[in-house]
Amino acid sequence: MAQGVLALAEQFEGRFRNVAYEVLSEGKRLADALGEPLAGVVLGSGIEAMAAELGKYGADKILAADDPALADYTTDAYTNVLFDIVKDHDPKILLLGASTRGKDLSARLSARLDTGLAMDCLALRVDGDTLIATRPMFGGKVLAEIAIQGTPQMAAIRPNVMEVVEAEKGAGVEKVPVNVGVAKTKALEKKTEAAAKVDLTEANIIVSGGRGMGSPDFSLLEKLAEVLGGTVGASRSAVDEGWRPHSDQVGQTGKVVSPNLYIACGISGAIQHLAGMGTSKYIVGINKDPEAPIFKKADYGIVEDLFKVVPALTADVKKLRE
Amino acid sequence: MDIVVLLKQVPDTETLIQIAADKTSIKTEDVKWVINPYDEFAVEEALRIKEAQGEGKVTILTVGPERAIEAIRTALAMGADEGVLIDDPAAEGGDALGTAKVLAAALREIPYDLIVAGQRAVDDDYYQVPAAVAAFLGIAQVSMVIKEEIQDEKILCERTIEGGTMVVEAQLPALFTTQKGINEPRYASLPGIMKAKKKPLAKKTLADLGINPSEVGEAGAKCRVMSLSFPPERSPGKIIEGETPEAKAAELVRLLREEAKVI
Ligand SMILES: Cc1cc2nc3c(=O)[nH]c(=O)nc-3n(C[C@H](O)[C@H](O)[C@H](O)COP(=O)(O)OP(=O)(O)OC[C@H]3O[C@@H](n4cnc5c(N)ncnc54)[C@H](O)[C@@H]3O)c2cc1C
Ligand SMILES: Nc1ncnc2c1ncn2[C@@H]1O[C@H](COP(=O)(O)O)[C@@H](O)[C@H]1O
Repeated sequence: MAQGVLALAEQFEGRFRNVAYEVLSEGKRLADALGEPLAGVVLGSGIEAMAAELGKYGADKILAADDPALADYTTDAYTNVLFDIVKDHDPKILLLGASTRGKDLSARLSARLDTGLAMDCLALRVDGDTLIATRPMFGGKVLAEIAIQGTPQMAAIRPNVMEVVEAEKGAGVEKVPVNVGVAKTKALEKKTEAAAKVDLTEANIIVSGGRGMGSPDFSLLEKLAEVLGGTVGASRSAVDEGWRPHSDQVGQTGKVVSPNLYIACGISGAIQHLAGMGTSKYIVGINKDPEAPIFKKADYGIVEDLFKVVPALTADVKKLRE
Repeated sequence: MDIVVLLKQVPDTETLIQIAADKTSIKTEDVKWVINPYDEFAVEEALRIKEAQGEGKVTILTVGPERAIEAIRTALAMGADEGVLIDDPAAEGGDALGTAKVLAAALREIPYDLIVAGQRAVDDDYYQVPAAVAAFLGIAQVSMVIKEEIQDEKILCERTIEGGTMVVEAQLPALFTTQKGINEPRYASLPGIMKAKKKPLAKKTLADLGINPSEVGEAGAKCRVMSLSFPPERSPGKIIEGETPEAKAAELVRLLREEAKVI
C-alpha cells in the first residue's frame, strides 16, 4: 500500500533552492493531514552531507541519491533515478517544485509512472485519500481545482507561493542505490548569467521595466533592485525592443512570477503582462499615465515620471537599510 | 529530415475568458482561436531546419475539434507540408497524459527524426504534453530551447535553466520544446495561403489509431477539473498623493514597510 509523502528537494550546484524548503514544508503539512510520514529526497553529486538539512523541515526520513552522474541535471538520468526511488518507496503523494527543471522532470516522470500530475500548483489539500490542487489556467485568468488520481499522486508547486515552516525532526540520511540507466541526453556546457542574479521565478522582490524606460539603460532599476535585494524583470515591449534578454520577460509568454513585491515601472499593465505577475503579494505601479491599467491591479500606485521617482525610492530604501 | 510539429489551437491571449455553466470548462462562443504562440515558434523552427537541410517534410499534428483545421491551415500556409488532425469527441476533456497518449499513437504512424513542440499551451498551462509524448515514444527530450543545431545523428540544444542556459546534446530521434527568443515566426504569405489549400490534411479518429477510448479523454483522465473559478479580484489600491516625486517615493517606502511589511 502506498504510504506517506515524498518531497523532492531541488539543489543546484550544492545549494538547496528556496523551492526545496517550500516543497518540504508543504509535504509536511500534507503528511500531517494524512497522518503519515514525510520523506525528503535529494539527487545530485556530493550532496549526502547537505541532505541532512532537510530534517529541519520535518522529514522523517531523508533519501540521498548521490552519484557523479547526477552532477548536472539531465532529464533521462534524473527521471530514471527518481522512478526507481518512487517504485521502491511507494509514496501516496510525490511533490516537486515547478521550477524550470522541476517542470521538465515531473512531466516526464508522470508519464513514466502513468500517474496524474498537477503542474504549477498554488495550493494543495487532501480530501480523504485524494490530493486536490488549485492551479492557474489561461495565464492565471482562471483558477482550477483539480482532483489528482494515480500512484503516486503528483503535484509540482509554483516557487515562492507556499510558506516555509521549520519542524525539527533530526532524521538521518539514507543513501539510495543509483542506476542512471541509458542516457539519450548529455549535459555539455553551462552558461550562467551573473552569478548573483536570482532567477525571476524565485525572486522575492522584482523591479520590472517596460517601454516607458525609453532605452536599454536599466541602471536606475538595477540600483533599486540592488538596495531591495531584488531582481530586474521586463515587459515584452522592453524585450522586443532588444533592451533586455528574453529570460527577463514576465507575462503570459514569458515567466510567471509570484514575488512578495512587484514594482512595475513604465509598464502599462496589458492583460498578457498581468497574467505573469498577477499573483504577486504586493504590486506597485509607477506610470505617468493615470489611466494606465496597471493601476487597477496595483496595491500602490504612483502617477509620476519614473525617472524622478525611482532614484528617490532607491535613496529612501538605502537610508532604511543603513 | 522528417519533422513533426505538435500544434494546439488555443484562445487568443486577448480573449476574455468566461466560465461555462458546468463550472468545469470555459465558454467557447465568442472566443478567437489562434495557434498557441509557442507552437508558432515550433513551426518556424521546423521550417528553418528543413530549409537548412534542403530536404525532408514538416508535418503538423493536432488533437482537437474540427475548428482546429484553421490553425493547421495557417501552419501549412507558413510552409509546412502536411497536416494531421485527430478529431474525436472521446479525445476531448482529457488531461495532459491523455492528449500525449493520442499524439504518441499518431506518431507511431508518421515517420519522424525530430518532433518540435511548444514549451506550454497558453490555455491549460500544463507544460506537460511534450515530455509525456517523448516518454511514451521512448525518445530524448530537451525543454525550453532557444537555439539548436543538428549534427549528424544528434541535436545540440541550448536550453534555458534557472539563471542561465545549458547546452544539451540529444540523440535523434528527439523532441524539443521552444522558448521565446528561438526565432521570429514568419507570416503566411498570400501565395502560401493559396498553396495551403491544396496540401494534404488527414483527419483521424481514435479508432483509426487503435486507441481504446476509455484510456484517454475525459474517461481516462487522471487529473479531473472539479471546478473553475476566477481568482479573487485585486481591489485597486491606493494612488499615492504627494507634492513632489520625492514625497510620493517617501510615502511609498513607508507603506511598503509599515503596511505591507515587504521591505
Ligand atoms: C500573444 C501575445 C503574448 C504576449 N505576451 C506578453 C508577455 O508575456 N509579457 C508582456 O509584458 N507582454 C506580452 N504581450 C504584449 C502586451 O500585450 C503589451 O503589448 C506589453 O505588455 C506592453 O509593454 P509595456 O507595458 O512595456 O509597453 P506600453 O504598453 O507601451 O506601456 C508603456 C507605459 O509606460 C508609461 N511611461 C512612458 N514613459 C514613462 C515615464 N517616463 N515614467 C513613467 N511611465 C512612463 C506609459 O504611460 C505606458 O503606460 C503579449 C502580446 C500578445 C499578443
Ligand atoms: N491537443 C494538442 N495537439 C497537439 N499538440 C499539443 C496539444 N496539446 C499540447 N500540445 C503540444 O504540447 C505543448 C505544451 O502543451 P501543454 O503541455 O498543454 O502546456 C504545446 O505547445 C503543443 O506543442
